[in-house]
Amino acid sequence: MIKKIGNLNKNKIISRRLFVLVGAKLGLLGIVTSRLYNLQISEKQKYEVLSDQNRIREWKTPPQRGIITDYFNNVIADNQRVYQVHLSLEEVSNFNNSIFRLKNIISLKKDEIKKIYEKKEKSKPWDTLIISENLSWKEFSKLNLYLHELEGAKPVLSTSRYYPYSNDLVHVVGYVGDATTTDIQNKNKVEENFVPGLKVGKIGIENSKDNDLIGNHGVKRYEVNASGKKISEISYKKETQGKNLRTTIDLEIQQLAQGLLKNQAGSICVMDIYTGEVIAMASSPTYDPNKFTHGISTKDWNEIKNNKLRPLQNKSLAGLYSPGSTIKPIVALAALEYGIIDTKFKVNCKGHDHPYELYGERYHCWKKNGHGLMSMRNAIKQSCDIYFYEVARLLGVDKLSLIAKRYGLGSKVLEDFFSEEKKGIIPSTKWKKQVLEQSWYLGETVITGIGQGYIQTTPLQLCLMTAQLANGGYKIKPNLIYDKEIDLDKIKSKIESEKNKSVSQDILKDYEFKHYERLYRNPNNLKVVLDAMYGSTNEQFGTSFRSRHEINKYKFAGKTGTSQVKRITDQDRELDLDLEEIEYKSRDHALFIAFAPYDKPRYSLSVLIEHGGSGSKAAAPLANKLIKKILDRHELREKIRKDLKNIA
Amino acid sequence: MILSTSLNSSSYSFIDKLKAVDYFLIIVVAIIGSLSVFAIYSTESGNFSFYTKNHLIRFLVFFSMFLVLSFVRVSAWYKHAYSFYILGILLLLFVIFFGISASGSKRWINLFIMNLQPSELMKIAVIVCFARYYHRIQSSDIQSYKYLLQPIILLLIPCYLVITQPDLGTAILIAGSGLVIIWLAGLNLKYFVYSGLILLVSLPFVISILKPYQKSRILTFFNPDRDPLGAGYQIIQSKIAIGSGGLLGKGFLQGTQSYLEFLPEKHTDFIFTLFSEEFGFAGSMVLILLYTLLIYRIIRIGFSSRSFFAKLYCFGFASALFLYIFVNIAMVVGLLPIVGAPLPIMSYGGSSMLSIMLGLSIVMSCKIYSRDPIGS
Repeated sequence: MIKKIGNLNKNKIISRRLFVLVGAKLGLLGIVTSRLYNLQISEKQKYEVLSDQNRIREWKTPPQRGIITDYFNNVIADNQRVYQVHLSLEEVSNFNNSIFRLKNIISLKKDEIKKIYEKKEKSKPWDTLIISENLSWKEFSKLNLYLHELEGAKPVLSTSRYYPYSNDLVHVVGYVGDATTTDIQNKNKVEENFVPGLKVGKIGIENSKDNDLIGNHGVKRYEVNASGKKISEISYKKETQGKNLRTTIDLEIQQLAQGLLKNQAGSICVMDIYTGEVIAMASSPTYDPNKFTHGISTKDWNEIKNNKLRPLQNKSLAGLYSPGSTIKPIVALAALEYGIIDTKFKVNCKGHDHPYELYGERYHCWKKNGHGLMSMRNAIKQSCDIYFYEVARLLGVDKLSLIAKRYGLGSKVLEDFFSEEKKGIIPSTKWKKQVLEQSWYLGETVITGIGQGYIQTTPLQLCLMTAQLANGGYKIKPNLIYDKEIDLDKIKSKIESEKNKSVSQDILKDYEFKHYERLYRNPNNLKVVLDAMYGSTNEQFGTSFRSRHEINKYKFAGKTGTSQVKRITDQDRELDLDLEEIEYKSRDHALFIAFAPYDKPRYSLSVLIEHGGSGSKAAAPLANKLIKKILDRHELREKIRKDLKNIA
Repeated sequence: MILSTSLNSSSYSFIDKLKAVDYFLIIVVAIIGSLSVFAIYSTESGNFSFYTKNHLIRFLVFFSMFLVLSFVRVSAWYKHAYSFYILGILLLLFVIFFGISASGSKRWINLFIMNLQPSELMKIAVIVCFARYYHRIQSSDIQSYKYLLQPIILLLIPCYLVITQPDLGTAILIAGSGLVIIWLAGLNLKYFVYSGLILLVSLPFVISILKPYQKSRILTFFNPDRDPLGAGYQIIQSKIAIGSGGLLGKGFLQGTQSYLEFLPEKHTDFIFTLFSEEFGFAGSMVLILLYTLLIYRIIRIGFSSRSFFAKLYCFGFASALFLYIFVNIAMVVGLLPIVGAPLPIMSYGGSSMLSIMLGLSIVMSCKIYSRDPIGS
């Protein structure tokens, strides 16, 4: 009986305790269920994203750069098929071993191997490493032969930049190289589309038009497993090639110009005087841009860097030279425009025995025996220094500076297109005060009148100046990339309307001109100057008479310039040495500016030969050959212009 | 020997026995077993190979064993309860000297057809042993120190042996199963409270003697992002898998987390994760419901049993089963640290399957022989 009661009691206890346990279980079950609800229902999206991040990995594929052509659609920067070997790191079990084997097959140099190891340090374990960007066919076929014993190595057919006219266009087109961290920081487009191995423009058009040329990278999305192995391709957004660019350059003229400059340091620029199209922009010496595409070797780099003629400098727009006598048309024009003198104004040039004197300082003409009594036309034609000393003195440097700047000197011709372009110096009293913190001396005005002293210009500026004189005095917009907005007919009609516009009183003040606005007060003043330049080339005693064209079609007008690189002493004057007898570095720069054809001007050009001696002997003869070529190709160029307009 | 005594029973006709079988329970077990085969099949990305084959064979073998052993008289289990316990202890000792080890712990005995993990068997042995122990003790005597000390020693021996393997997870589950029965038998609540407090106070000391990997697991539990590629990796990946499953899951064989090998231990401790990724919240609820039905059925059998042994065993086993399931699921959803506890029936592993089926067969035996007066 007691036991029974005890058992009943025990039964009760067990049931009660079980009840508590079941309650606890239900509670715990609730916790687990709500946790599951929380994970799978409330936060589903968060975990879905995490799951996709786990399983999907993106590989970016490099885009192809846009093609660059000249005006006539000749390809000047191309994409060429190259043979490469890539190493897929996830498939490599022993990196050192793999490199050692590859080295024996494709001949890697020590510094190349060092670079590969550096690159590997920065790579992720699933990245692909480019071992060699440009294999020869022989190496490539050898690689394929031994492929079975090369873990992770992949022979790849890829494309890379190729410049078919290597040396001839490097200063215009530039070159590409691997993107550095600064490239990535500075160029948004590079940052957006960065892919290991992406090439970016370093200088020239390749650099300034990188945003257009690069294109957009593709994205390959793969499903990968936990160890990063690709399981399947999920999607592939194809990369898009960069925009193709048509430049305004005429390849044939560029090549001729480059050829004319061979073995000399110098520049040749050719421009359309209405459209502002840069037709040629040669700079010598040059170098091969193809060498930079896959990283230039130290030897090649040193060779370029140590060349005394400085091939890396783009002399057309980064070389600064005293314009010498090529400034004289501007000095004459300024004096006429301000009414300082008229065309009948005369100065007597009496030779070295009777130099121009100012406050006891003596200024000589280049001509030992003197020119005699010089009018303006004759002074330009024969490039008399004494005449321009006097005109400059009467004019004053500030008025000269204002007109010189108006016609294109002292500012960047292609604006920000080339990072290396220089502004040069067009001095004025204000400039000297600000920059040198000194007062201006009248003697400095006098030598500025013959383009010496502080004044510094680039060959491209001189070309633009000539263009804006030759087109009758209208501001144009220089350009290097074909732009359908710049239309010859529109420009001509705009100029026509400007011609008949009444001129405001302010025309001779410092004024910001818009494109195609007239720059002159009196059209006759320009005519006088251009006529004098005609005389300089086409009449006896003209400084470039020997470089003239007899045939009407090719007749051009020009102005020589000889720019001193050091002060001529009385002793030098006494010795009167031949060019060969002077040390190279001390020889004068030879300059020449010209426009053609004379009767209906269309093209302007500038020639500069560093340390070439006199402009008439070294520079003007090159213009003769160039102008023939330019005018011979005129019809063709106009045809293309029409075609392009019709397409548009 | 056990078999012979039970089959010679005369007080139950064979028909009676068949009638007494809980078919509902068998069906539930069969369904969970089938799901487990599909889940294991999915861990092998839909290839019917090593794990799936093995799991299927084990399930079929042990399920049959469950059905056959159900007809062993419950009185026989009662009679041999202590022997079962001692056998378990002997096997655990055998492991210390002749056991085979894998990934740093020595847990298994090589039986050639399978590797037996005696600690899994011990989970059941402890319940059987304790059910017998409390069967006879009057509720008035339970609070005495004598009856308090004995079961604690009985519990500490296997726990100690398992912890030193080392296998913290199983040790906790063995201790849990034992404590559940002590609780059911009616030990005063205050003892549980006191021992709970003592455990809390000694926790720093306990942590200090833990193995470095166990410590890191516990630290990781509190902050999985501490070491996302190391100790925290499993739990982070498991949560991602479950969470990304959503309401209806990614579909059978479509679980990317497991298919792409982000999920570790997917066929053992993390099988629920895989199941949940592929079948979503809905699937998880179905599985949990099946387990709940199983536990409910076991408790029901306990209620209908007359002997304290059967009652204590059924309630104890049901609670232990719940504990295994809860610890496993709570672990993979990040509610508990990763301690290494399989999900009953679902997880790949012969010993776990064996012990669960053995446990179930005793339950069924309680049902079939419910009228048996035991040991009086």
